[in-house]
Amino acid sequence: MSMGQTFLGLLEAGPRHGYDLKRAYDERFSHIRPVHFGQVYATLARLLKHGLVELDAVEAGEGPERKRYAVTEAGVADVDHWLARPEAPDPYLQNTLYTKVVLALLTGRSATDLLDLQRTEHLRLMRELTQRKANGDLIDHLICDHGLFHLEADLRWLELTAARLDDLAATLTPAGGTTTGRTIRA
Amino acid sequence: MTAPAPVPVPSARAILTATGLRKTFGQTLALDHASISLAPGEIVAVMGPSGSGKSTLLHCLAGILRPDQGSVIYQGQDLTTLRDAARSTLRRTQFGFIFQFGQLVPELTCLENVALPLRMERVPRAEANRRATEELQRLAVEDVAGQRPGEISGGQGQRVAVARALVTRPRVIFADEPTGALDSLNGELVLRQLTATARETRASILLVTHEARVAAYSDREIVVRDGRTRDPLTAGAAA
Repeated sequence: MSMGQTFLGLLEAGPRHGYDLKRAYDERFSHIRPVHFGQVYATLARLLKHGLVELDAVEAGEGPERKRYAVTEAGVADVDHWLARPEAPDPYLQNTLYTKVVLALLTGRSATDLLDLQRTEHLRLMRELTQRKANGDLIDHLICDHGLFHLEADLRWLELTAARLDDLAATLTPAGGTTTGRTIRA
Repeated sequence: MTAPAPVPVPSARAILTATGLRKTFGQTLALDHASISLAPGEIVAVMGPSGSGKSTLLHCLAGILRPDQGSVIYQGQDLTTLRDAARSTLRRTQFGFIFQFGQLVPELTCLENVALPLRMERVPRAEANRRATEELQRLAVEDVAGQRPGEISGGQGQRVAVARALVTRPRVIFADEPTGALDSLNGELVLRQLTATARETRASILLVTHEARVAAYSDREIVVRDGRTRDPLTAGAAA
């Protein structure tokens, strides 16, 4: 899962300190295993270096300086690109797909388009495996069937999620809006 | 909300093109500006949840149902304006049908079931039986030729139904959840034989299914949701 793009998406709602960003991230995406501060600041430093975020304010205090980060246009484009690109199907994809769906809803992008694209990518791989079976021996059949059944399980999750998008959108944004103020699009 | 699907441009390549189909049953809107195009020899899966309009779309494309709005062009003729008799002839001679439950005639033997579409076209009995036997052989169920549908397994029955759908060498095969009642192994056999024969004869298949493993036998998929069609490759990215 890409923590960087998820941070960028969360920053679309407005500038945040690293600490606030970590809290928002843990709450939405990682509440079972909270992310380490070191990882948060390393990620923010990388985003800063690549021009995807910028420093919005630096506040002096008793301890270290508190930096507030804002997403740049390049950062928003990076989120667009990430959400529009289907993931290569693999057995441990669910965390990434879940994050993408939630982030799309939170930022007013189309989660339906995202799920449709992902279905297409899964089916593309399923077609490859089906074709390999057609030309293969029993061993090929067994190997390909294993992959096909796993991909099918992913696809069932995609279909169920697609059917629940309106409910999910309502759960994420009870007031009906998005974190960015855009109209929510299932 | 989902944006309307892009309207397919009827191309010289398309054998069947539906544009802007709308169909209601009482207060229920089953199809809402649904559009789809099928090229010769192409296998297209129509996917979507139960009640999304997949089967209604198939019935409109096959000339079984007349849509309230929109056109269905098959080789230059609009099925929505054809008289019932002409549509019926077209279905018998140009189209093949496979449903979830074979829908074989229980009183006839499997051979007679497969020969039936040819007999309806007045093909002499001997010729019809010869072609039906060939088709049963191709589907590897020639050994049940003399048995009635009630005496054979579900998998065998579905293969007989596929043989019946293919025996007239249709240009378009409409398959509605063709393996929905079969276990994985029998379902695979039916799909392999159906798609291999279609490839061999350059027939197109419209494959309605909610199962991804079935859709994986297609060349591409169209998604139907709330009566609207979406081609995932042209629906736009998530931007």
